[in-house]
Amino acid sequence: MSKQDHIKHSADSLEKETITLNIGPTHPATHGVFQNIVEIDGERIVSGDSTIGYIHRAFEKIAEHRPFYQVTPLTDRLNYCSSPINNMGWHMTVEKLLGVQVPKRAQYLRVIIMELARIADHIVCNSVIGVDTGALTGFTYVFQWREKIYEIWEEVCGARLTTNIGRVGGMERDFNEIAFKKLEEFLRDFPKGWKEFENLLVRNRIFMDRTQTVPTTPEFALQYGFTGPNLRATGVDYDVRVMSPYSSYEDFEFNIPVGTKGDTYDRFMVRNQEIWESLKIIRQALDKLPAGPYHADAPQFYLPPKAEVYNNMEALIYHFKIVMGEIDAPKGEVYHSVEGGNGELGFYLISDGGRAAYRLHFRRPCFIYYQAFTEMVKGCLLSDAIVAMSSMNIIAGELDA
Amino acid sequence: MNETIDYKKVTERIAEKFGAKVHSPEEPYGMLTLRTDKDSIIPLLQFLRDDEAMQFIFLTDVCAVHFPDKAEKFEVVYHIHSLMHNLRVRIKVALSGEPKIPTAVNVFKGANWMERETYDFYGVIFEGHPNLKRILNVDEMTIFPMRKEYPLEDNTRIDKDDKMFGRINVNREN
Amino acid sequence: MALDTNTVQAKIVAPPLGVGGPGYYATSFDKAIGLAKQYSIWPLPFATSCCGIEFMATMGPHYDLSRFGAERLSFSPRQADLLMVMGTIAKKMGPVLKQVYEQMAEPRWVIAVGACASSGGIFDTYSVLQGIDQIIPVDVYVPGCPPRPEQIIDGFMRIQDLVHNESQRRRNSPEYKALLESYGIR
Ligand code: SF4
Repeated sequence: MSKQDHIKHSADSLEKETITLNIGPTHPATHGVFQNIVEIDGERIVSGDSTIGYIHRAFEKIAEHRPFYQVTPLTDRLNYCSSPINNMGWHMTVEKLLGVQVPKRAQYLRVIIMELARIADHIVCNSVIGVDTGALTGFTYVFQWREKIYEIWEEVCGARLTTNIGRVGGMERDFNEIAFKKLEEFLRDFPKGWKEFENLLVRNRIFMDRTQTVPTTPEFALQYGFTGPNLRATGVDYDVRVMSPYSSYEDFEFNIPVGTKGDTYDRFMVRNQEIWESLKIIRQALDKLPAGPYHADAPQFYLPPKAEVYNNMEALIYHFKIVMGEIDAPKGEVYHSVEGGNGELGFYLISDGGRAAYRLHFRRPCFIYYQAFTEMVKGCLLSDAIVAMSSMNIIAGELDA
Repeated sequence: MNETIDYKKVTERIAEKFGAKVHSPEEPYGMLTLRTDKDSIIPLLQFLRDDEAMQFIFLTDVCAVHFPDKAEKFEVVYHIHSLMHNLRVRIKVALSGEPKIPTAVNVFKGANWMERETYDFYGVIFEGHPNLKRILNVDEMTIFPMRKEYPLEDNTRIDKDDKMFGRINVNREN
Repeated sequence: MALDTNTVQAKIVAPPLGVGGPGYYATSFDKAIGLAKQYSIWPLPFATSCCGIEFMATMGPHYDLSRFGAERLSFSPRQADLLMVMGTIAKKMGPVLKQVYEQMAEPRWVIAVGACASSGGIFDTYSVLQGIDQIIPVDVYVPGCPPRPEQIIDGFMRIQDLVHNESQRRRNSPEYKALLESYGIR
């Protein structure tokens, strides 16, 4: 791009000419693969343009070719910082379509898993904001807590990152003793660790100066379809968990933190506070955890446990039927959304009665709010824009589908 | 302002203003679904957004669906949300012939990339869109990959035996 | 005094093959340099998606890749020795990856972490490159979706073996030239 006539220089512009700067797609500051081409005047951004799609993996097309239970691994890879939320969202969508009622215990277990995932997600995002403002220590320090969460997930499902937790109709197994023990340990130790991390940054003069930039207004955020912490940082208290409760969220007592200015600092603080609220929810769910079965009594949709399959004729038949796709789903279309790590994660599923979805569309929060980024950072310093970008928590997998 | 709005009222208000142009209301799985045509969609969205009582100020999603066997091959689906009353409405527009529909960018700025994505996947042309080009796929791509006639798999691959890997070149096998 | 078996003993690396006597040790340059290089690899993380998060865990305090002499991540390809490709590489990304590889100076090694980078993984789709070995040569493949950090570290140690044992003149060998030629890299 050469010099452009349409660019108006501000009165205090020194150079009266702009430089085109390319950031990405593999720039370390982008924490993901997307490209921003910005026009800068000195250090101020005059205009910008983003290019995305560098890891477009065609989730929606794959989902049209796979039976429902095989879509779960795909949802893992959407927002891979908090994959269990995506898994659960997908299961709930299918359950809504099939009309399966999940027992309370399974719902509570799901809530525990989802809130752990939210903590894991916000740990990465907030510590990365620290990294971008020059505090690498915080990152290495809190990453061990993510490791602890991984350990709990491993107990529950065997995987660390791409968890594939749960089944349509409930959980695939109950939590075992060790999982509960690890959960208790986590609830006991994590607050101390996180408090330390907070103390490092929250009232840190340098950090505050660096992050109290790039403000957004509620009008702007709503126009651009912001959801999740980024919307709440502007002061709008929209949270799917409260507005349309799913999986028994209405049973728990928690607050929705909101910000006032919608700047990077607010986004950081909202996420911080959400971690504390998540801990509260997990505590309540553990205390109130009802006894009972961990999956719905819907043998024609719920994949039976492996031990059953090998020992029980009926289970074997159902396993066979589900896996071979001989049980048809009802016709219909559902939209279901959950509060993902980044905001409203929606699943729009159209079923034509076949084995696979006729059409599955993911409403991916990252994708929708990232378009506002170049608009947001107009007139800001380049270095602030980088921090703002990490505070928006753009996850490439979710961005590009 | 304080009157409670439910789906019945929403349908009534729309019917008052748009008459038969907005038709066949349904409520599958508890979400009001309306159908309209491509000339009324933008005024409808605008009306729903600006109406004092309803305030559907949030565009949740835009996507398209392909029905190769129907006369109206494409359907563009809008999900909008009234945060005030916590109501969601789904609006569908069926498109026949060459898929063209006016853009919603002037009503909701967030529609920009959603429409670009829809164009990228299905080739639905949003008239008046400020920057309608591919977003996720490479610019050189000539097909619209989400249309049912195109295969999922990468056909350049030679080391996979189609028999063993269950790769299929027809679009769907149920 | 009894030996305290609880204290961790520093691992002493065995000397390379050679002849030694009082006050001298003779070995070939190749081996001495290989030994040194093995523990000072600068990796360039090319992390695109989920596997990149596992790489973060590998760099984190729990698994700590720095123990293997890879403390210093080089985000500039020109100073990097090892290209670690982690995550799905879409066709749109392919040319970028190739360019990064071309910008790296010899000697350079490539490790493909995860099913996606190795073969396309679960994404046998129109938009995903079916394995990075279609565009650049790969030295070590790490399977898994995502591989556990232990596996990534294991893959890294295989690279260390290569660095240690390979001839310093690898890039001059006709096989290597032919290999690069086949990828169209000058
Ligand atoms: S191999 Fe699996 S975890 Fe790794 S990038 Fe591919 S999908 Fe993600």
